[in-house]
Amino acid sequence: MYAATSDAPSPVMRLDGVAKRFGGIQALNGVDVVIPAGAVVALVGENGAGKSTLGKVIAGVHHPDAGRIFIDNVEVDLRSPRDALNYGIAMVAQELALVPEMRVADNVFLGFESRAHGYINSRSNRRRFEELQHSVGFTLDPDHRAGSLRVADQQKVEILRALARDARIIVMDEPTAALTRDEAGSLFAIVRRLTSQGTSFVFVSHFLEEVLDVADTVVVLKDGEHVRTAPAASETTESLVSSMIGNHVDLSMPDKADIALSAPVVLSVRGLTHSGVFDDVSFDVRAGEIVGLAGLMGSGRTEILRAIFGADRTRGKATVDGVPVRLKHPRWAMKHGIGMIPEDRKGQGLIMDRSIRDNITLASLPRHSPLGFISRRSEVKTTDQLSEKLDVRTLDHEAPVLALSGGNQQKVLFAKWLAFGARVLLIDEPTRGVDVGAKAAIHQLIADIAAQGVAVVLVSSEHEEVVGLANRVLVLRRGRIVVELAGHDLCEDQVAQSALGLVADQPRIPGNHRSVLESQEIRKGTI
Amino acid sequence: MNAMDVASPTLPQRVRERTKSGSLRDFGIVFAFAVLFVALSVSSPAFLTTTNLVNMASQSAALGIVACGATLVFIAGGFDLSVGATYGLAGVIAAQVALNVDVVTGLLAGVACGVLVGLINGVVITAGRINAFVATLATSTVVTGIALVLSNGALISVTDERFTVLGQGKILGVPYAVIVFACVVILAGVVLHRMTWGRYLFAVGGNSEAAMLSGLRVNVLRASTYVVGGALAGLAGILAASRVGTGLANAGGNTLVLNAIAAVAVGGTSILGGSGAMWRTVVGIFMLAMIQNGSNLLHISVTYQSVIFGLVLLIAVATDAWSRRRTR
Repeated sequence: MYAATSDAPSPVMRLDGVAKRFGGIQALNGVDVVIPAGAVVALVGENGAGKSTLGKVIAGVHHPDAGRIFIDNVEVDLRSPRDALNYGIAMVAQELALVPEMRVADNVFLGFESRAHGYINSRSNRRRFEELQHSVGFTLDPDHRAGSLRVADQQKVEILRALARDARIIVMDEPTAALTRDEAGSLFAIVRRLTSQGTSFVFVSHFLEEVLDVADTVVVLKDGEHVRTAPAASETTESLVSSMIGNHVDLSMPDKADIALSAPVVLSVRGLTHSGVFDDVSFDVRAGEIVGLAGLMGSGRTEILRAIFGADRTRGKATVDGVPVRLKHPRWAMKHGIGMIPEDRKGQGLIMDRSIRDNITLASLPRHSPLGFISRRSEVKTTDQLSEKLDVRTLDHEAPVLALSGGNQQKVLFAKWLAFGARVLLIDEPTRGVDVGAKAAIHQLIADIAAQGVAVVLVSSEHEEVVGLANRVLVLRRGRIVVELAGHDLCEDQVAQSALGLVADQPRIPGNHRSVLESQEIRKGTI
Repeated sequence: MNAMDVASPTLPQRVRERTKSGSLRDFGIVFAFAVLFVALSVSSPAFLTTTNLVNMASQSAALGIVACGATLVFIAGGFDLSVGATYGLAGVIAAQVALNVDVVTGLLAGVACGVLVGLINGVVITAGRINAFVATLATSTVVTGIALVLSNGALISVTDERFTVLGQGKILGVPYAVIVFACVVILAGVVLHRMTWGRYLFAVGGNSEAAMLSGLRVNVLRASTYVVGGALAGLAGILAASRVGTGLANAGGNTLVLNAIAAVAVGGTSILGGSGAMWRTVVGIFMLAMIQNGSNLLHISVTYQSVIFGLVLLIAVATDAWSRRRTR
């Protein structure tokens, strides 16, 4: 089936000047890509460079706003993953999409079962499964429940599924992110075997060494723009990193305040561990200081914030003003003045159907409610003050927040924690999906909040944002803090290289600006 | 709590925004209610009379009280199928205790058993992480079984006038049952719309993750709605038992639960949680009552009544679903 394409004229697929916009964000701008038959094309770039979006355009998940797509030199319009599948393009997403309760073989043929008179012909399906396995060169138990397979094996099921649908191009989004080194190696062996039979792969990946190992062609993206397409053989990790980072369109960042060493430590985290997610994370944040947590997706940034806020179970210790915080539920963290703006504004931050006023006062409602009765006057006053201060653009504070733009929704979340009076603010991806104007306003807002003496921990996928705002940046890789950057060392290049693991890790003593005696005491306490 | 606050200068804009975002869901039911009311007034001279209206209210009181509880459960994102069983158990317990101990203790015991059933439901569903539908279906069966055991499967008659006065008595022509219903509506409405607890229920039902990340105890709040829902089912149960002077295990049955849920949904409270209002449930209850009452007055058979009400329910729920899809 798929082998039949091996003598097809290359390229199989060509994208010309593809562009895609999400709200105020130009995710892709005039990108050209060529996918030859039997080749591995890797899409690389920083977080937010547009590589995932491009992968999804290829697989028909996103419909481009502009540009043309050709398959076998015929222009096509891919409006859905189903359209793409009809042209032989399948996607293996980062979040695998198997039916966990169904058997492996049933997952592979889901929707494409051999059937006769409306009944599924399981013998014929079994035969097809065996043929398929034979040609890919790996084996899976067809009767195993898909949900109980390891991630690596689930991925193989997805590959079989793509091949069962005669896919000629398989798009894989971060295929190795959840795999061990050995598993990644065997995935690449499968990929090589299939490419020799004529199947093409598009890899969206952070891991540059792997990319250079497996890809034939590398497409470098930056800020949604196509930087260059080059044979993998002529690239090195260094050459890729330098063109991924390049010179950004300079967003003006607010001036950084100097944090005096005499400023008191407000938040102190020691030995925070959640096995398999992050390990032995320790750091301090002083009043007025912005500490950035940087790293790739999946490096544990978000999980660390949630752990400090008590949203997920964790081991370790956190103190505010030296008083230990129970890490069991956000309400304990809030008793110590900790607030958190989560990464997923709609799913975790806002009650979308409720009004701006309801959302702003949600965390501080008892303060507006003598004897449990909500004083509307007091609520309205707070809402008016804060939305004016934060410039939330709306006619009406009684309108549901779902009517607001992304930037204004984010401001509502900031207003919520200002109304609460947070002394420690954990901020996760504050400008995701926010247009450029609102982005600058939010950057200024974060700087202003810190200037009030609030201790801020900032997580962002955009290194530029972390570097531009934070006084210190802790870089995470696979759940560990690998380096702490401040002062002259703090630049995007350093952050990116450390996050990718291209420079040697620096040993670091948590809370090294304290006296040795103090930090020893604290560490003793955590053991 | 100050009514003056509502009149802020942005009122016209607010109304415009609101009507833009979901006028169909917001006011469709009020319109339908008004149309039905006028139509019945015109077509049947017996409809718009004090006796008939008081009668309607009196007959709807017990169901209405159950529906008020269900409204709270729905808004917090829950579901309770056991209130019909609780209603029956409360009547049985009230009658048994009234016969063997004391009338007032009996009535209180009826409400208390509702609280207990609600507490069990709440704990099982939140801490036990059992699907609300299945959990309350199970407790419903258990509760009915207990009620049958306690009553030996028979009617328990209480002739004591102090027992029946609650359900049968009147003041100035208004039955006590209607007054109790009105008090429940007002209290539940105030608590839901004017107090922190109510605001938290909307948050929990609207987005439980965001509620948790705002420091709310999602499980405690959810469980509390089952407790209040159970207590109100108990109250409705003793009211009904008092009205007929008997405790009966199957007094509520499935019809009561389904009618209560239907009334809440017809009013426009979302069965998915996070939005709704107490006044909507009142509208839903009277919508149901008017369809029954009007059909009787116009000599439409019972079979058609249920067809009509079923269609109204379908339209109401579909309107909710469509308006949500449009705004998301």
